[in-house]
Amino acid sequence: MLLIRRFEEKAAEAYALGKIGGFCHLYIGQEAVGVGAIAALRDDDYVISSYREHGQALARGIAPGAVMAELYGRATGPARGKGGSMHIFDVSKRFMGGHAIVGGHIPLAAGLGFAIKYRGGDQVCLCFFGEAAVNIGAFHEALNMASVWKLPVVFLCENNRYGMGTAFERVAAVTDVVEHACSYDMAAELVNGMDVLEVSQATERAVQRARHGGHPTLLEVRTYRYMGHSMSDPLHGVYRTKEEVEEQKKQDPITRLGGQLREAGVIDQAGLDALDAEVHAEVEAAVRYADESPEPDPDDLTRHVLAD
Amino acid sequence: MPTLTYRDALNQALREEMQRDTSVFIMGEEVGVYQGAYKVSRGLLEEFGPQRVVDTPIAELGFAGIGVGAAMAGLRPVIEFMTWNFALLALDQIVNSAAKMLYMSGGQIPVPIVFRGPNGAALQLGAQHSQAWESWLSHIPGLKVVAPATPADAKGLLKAAIRDDNPVIVLEGEMLYNTKGEVPDGEYVTPIGAADVKRAGGDVTLICHSKTVAPTLKAAEQLAEQGVAAEVLDLRSLRPMDVEAIVGSVTKTNRCVVAEEGWPHCGIGAQVVDVVQRHAFDHLDAPVLRVTQADVPMPYNKQLERAAKPSPEKIVAAARRVLYLE
Repeated sequence: MLLIRRFEEKAAEAYALGKIGGFCHLYIGQEAVGVGAIAALRDDDYVISSYREHGQALARGIAPGAVMAELYGRATGPARGKGGSMHIFDVSKRFMGGHAIVGGHIPLAAGLGFAIKYRGGDQVCLCFFGEAAVNIGAFHEALNMASVWKLPVVFLCENNRYGMGTAFERVAAVTDVVEHACSYDMAAELVNGMDVLEVSQATERAVQRARHGGHPTLLEVRTYRYMGHSMSDPLHGVYRTKEEVEEQKKQDPITRLGGQLREAGVIDQAGLDALDAEVHAEVEAAVRYADESPEPDPDDLTRHVLAD
Repeated sequence: MPTLTYRDALNQALREEMQRDTSVFIMGEEVGVYQGAYKVSRGLLEEFGPQRVVDTPIAELGFAGIGVGAAMAGLRPVIEFMTWNFALLALDQIVNSAAKMLYMSGGQIPVPIVFRGPNGAALQLGAQHSQAWESWLSHIPGLKVVAPATPADAKGLLKAAIRDDNPVIVLEGEMLYNTKGEVPDGEYVTPIGAADVKRAGGDVTLICHSKTVAPTLKAAEQLAEQGVAAEVLDLRSLRPMDVEAIVGSVTKTNRCVVAEEGWPHCGIGAQVVDVVQRHAFDHLDAPVLRVTQADVPMPYNKQLERAAKPSPEKIVAAARRVLYLE
């Protein structure tokens, strides 16, 4: 979680310096969701996500330097600089993107689950999406078919309360996402997304249901993003107050886990400080790696349009 | 050589490819228990079972996306749209997921998927069921698009599409399913990207594809009676397009007419005209003319519908104009 927090802070700096272009959606505040959920997976399980996926890519074990290089658009990024912030893919980690049409990847997750079942495997597919995706047809079509066909998919809704600048309750008739599961006769659970252990345990239960019997689950994980929707957007203003953001920060998942670990005597403050310093150095190295990485070869423009 | 309907040629291609490769499956509305809305998948459920012949709800976006996801994991889905009119709902998955996945993953994730179904107008189905989408689909880098006109091409191109490692669009036609022709048995694969001369001639090139091939061949017969030898070039593949075949024919005849079922604005014919003017400008003895659907939503009324569609008469008239016979 600390790595993601520091990585995203550096990404914000690099964006301000013009090193990262386009849209850049940061995960600060939501770290416990990606980390907790991915901790419940095996290496041969699939992960697929939306455009706010840097943190999940890191949690899945993609090297910070490689992720930063992709953000920088460099040839050493896992997608060779052709994907960017919103399209991080690493097949070796079964990290299947990075998709930038809201909800568009939810059917893909069901398709990955379909392939697992088709081959008789016991892997699962973990699919992250935001609460705004719940209003789009793709979500409903995918959940229906996943349930009818008993596909081994964990649909994990990261409810950070705002689709860009629109509060979920302003545009959703049913504001408890978890309630949608009953439309599809699907298991569901409401989870505190500021508590990494709770996220991990709930995901583990969903993964077991998927792995042993192929039953999909809808998890609604309540979380909060501290930053604007993307780097181009304000942190607060017309759609939420500064006070609200500050209030939410009191639930910070990293502070919470740090406190739990201290209380349990696992680590002391000096240990936490040392960890932070270590992570700082790792992120600095990632930035250096990205900075020093080459631009893509000009011939790469026309490569990979079609498979040979 | 056995004579088969276009429908049975497609069925044979599906059956042979499913026998050949267990990663091939078919998914769509009514493909299983109902045996296919147009019976293209007849008998496949009995032979391959419900795991490989998958009936879906009416949810084109959803099952197209599930197909793409399965292809990302290495399966070879054949997604049937009951018609391409309904596939507009799935366009996000075809364009944003299937076509771009390989590129935006930096070459990591090929999507070996086939999207197929009838395209264009049938008879009196009205505006929302009578649309030819090939120019839309052919616009997209990352897709291949084929439009077979004969049973043999239907078999050969569908087999090629299923074996291709890219997303391939196969455009069929309700009005073609019952047409008959000789179809080679067993292993018969038509390369994607190769046009086919359906009738040779030296006076004018008539370029067509899919359902416009039959009216164009009729037009060529009528022209022959008038002493004009027309060459009928069936594009078969719209992306990639066989530039060499187009240019080869037009440099021989010096005159060209392009027929298509789609609307005129930004149509397939416009692309062909671009190819001709770039590669055969000095060979042209007349401007290239196009025969298309009228630039209107398809009307229901029989006479109005006939007036809207390309016809042998319209193609003959265009050919006579490029020959300066009128």
